[in-house]
Amino acid sequence: MLHTAQGLRALDLGFQWRQGRLLAIYGPSGAGKTTLLRILAGLTAADSGFIEVEGETWLDSDRRINLPTRRRSIGFVFQDFALFPNLTVRQQLEFALPDPKNKAIVTELLSLMELEEFHNLRPALLSGGQQQRVALARAIARRPRLLLLDEPLSALDDEMRNKLQDYILTAHRHYQLTTFLVSHHLPEVLRLADEAIVLENGKITAQGDPADLFAGRTITITITKNT
Amino acid sequence: MIDWQPLWLSFRLAGITTLLLFFIAVPLSYWLAYSRQRWKVAVQAIVSLPMVLPPTVLGFYLLLAFSPSHAFGRFLDHYLDTRLVFTFPGLVVASLIYSLPFMTGPIIAGFSSLSPNLRAASRTLGKSDRTTLIRILLPNIRPSLITGAVLCFAHTIGEFGVVMMIGGSIPGQTRVASVAIYDEVQSINYSLANHYAIALLAFSFAILLLVYLVNHHFNHASTLP
Repeated sequence: MLHTAQGLRALDLGFQWRQGRLLAIYGPSGAGKTTLLRILAGLTAADSGFIEVEGETWLDSDRRINLPTRRRSIGFVFQDFALFPNLTVRQQLEFALPDPKNKAIVTELLSLMELEEFHNLRPALLSGGQQQRVALARAIARRPRLLLLDEPLSALDDEMRNKLQDYILTAHRHYQLTTFLVSHHLPEVLRLADEAIVLENGKITAQGDPADLFAGRTITITITKNT
Repeated sequence: MIDWQPLWLSFRLAGITTLLLFFIAVPLSYWLAYSRQRWKVAVQAIVSLPMVLPPTVLGFYLLLAFSPSHAFGRFLDHYLDTRLVFTFPGLVVASLIYSLPFMTGPIIAGFSSLSPNLRAASRTLGKSDRTTLIRILLPNIRPSLITGAVLCFAHTIGEFGVVMMIGGSIPGQTRVASVAIYDEVQSINYSLANHYAIALLAFSFAILLLVYLVNHHFNHASTLP
């Protein structure tokens, strides 16, 4: 059940996706987008369900399987980035490594995300855009099967948003990731996603190519003016 | 001439209590801060009891419990050859209970002040709860840990009622500074009582000053590399 401004609602859905694609989960606030992402990550418990990723069962309520978050191969970028205040940029990435000795990917990510000059700074000294890049790099550092992005650009202005969309696309393609992007920003979905699902009131109301999916949507503006 | 032994005993008692309590309070506070079990409120109330309970009440029940004429004290006496009434180890055990909320309070507040996403982020990076606690949570609540340790130390130094009840005033064993002040006043030896009192007053002030300085430092330095 979802706690929304309109009260309790059920999140009830099923879908499949292809490896290496960027899937957008689009919908209004309270539709259950973040909850869906958190269930995939194992951070929120589903009442019942089934999740299988590349042949590995993460959740199967019938067989009482529920893989804990730390054993799911995921990278998660939170809305507030959730950077560790006590660690420098480089340390954040190193912390994420499954094998602390293999630091080659840290150097590569710092370069790819253009973070080299900030590598020794703590998050509090970084701008919103820089923090977002660190959060993205940290989520990728462990080479996850699924990259989950929870409205990662919502806290940024439009100019920064456009720039950071490039970083997301670069990372997604460079590391051939399967990426889930939660967004309520249509241009972002159209620009980034290979495929999209539309979530409304906890249910999938449409799924497919974003360009086809949203082509029929019109913009209605109602203006009233007292003269 | 001032006898330094009561002051030394007070510091030894406070030091041992603080060290032991640190290792007890961190896991306990972690559980109290993050557990969703309903009965944790009952544990929270029990842990906080010494804050509101008159020390003599706590001391009275500990005296009964530690006494060899009662079950627990008899068990310690017979099977472990240990006596906690009127001994220094008894004072340490009593202080652990008495000062517990002064250590757990700031640490729980520290954990609660952190964004829940920090723990979640560490889990998504494949880290265990233990690694998350040691590498992420504890370093980010350093001011709370220092505040808890310092308050616990200072509170144990100032302990009187519990010490009187279960320790009495045995020189070199249980006669801590606060008890020494009481003894000297009883003997109308105000000058010596004043020496002990000034030493405790100066120490208490210094300790609080240290807490505020450390917190001030962390608040301003947390952004620096």
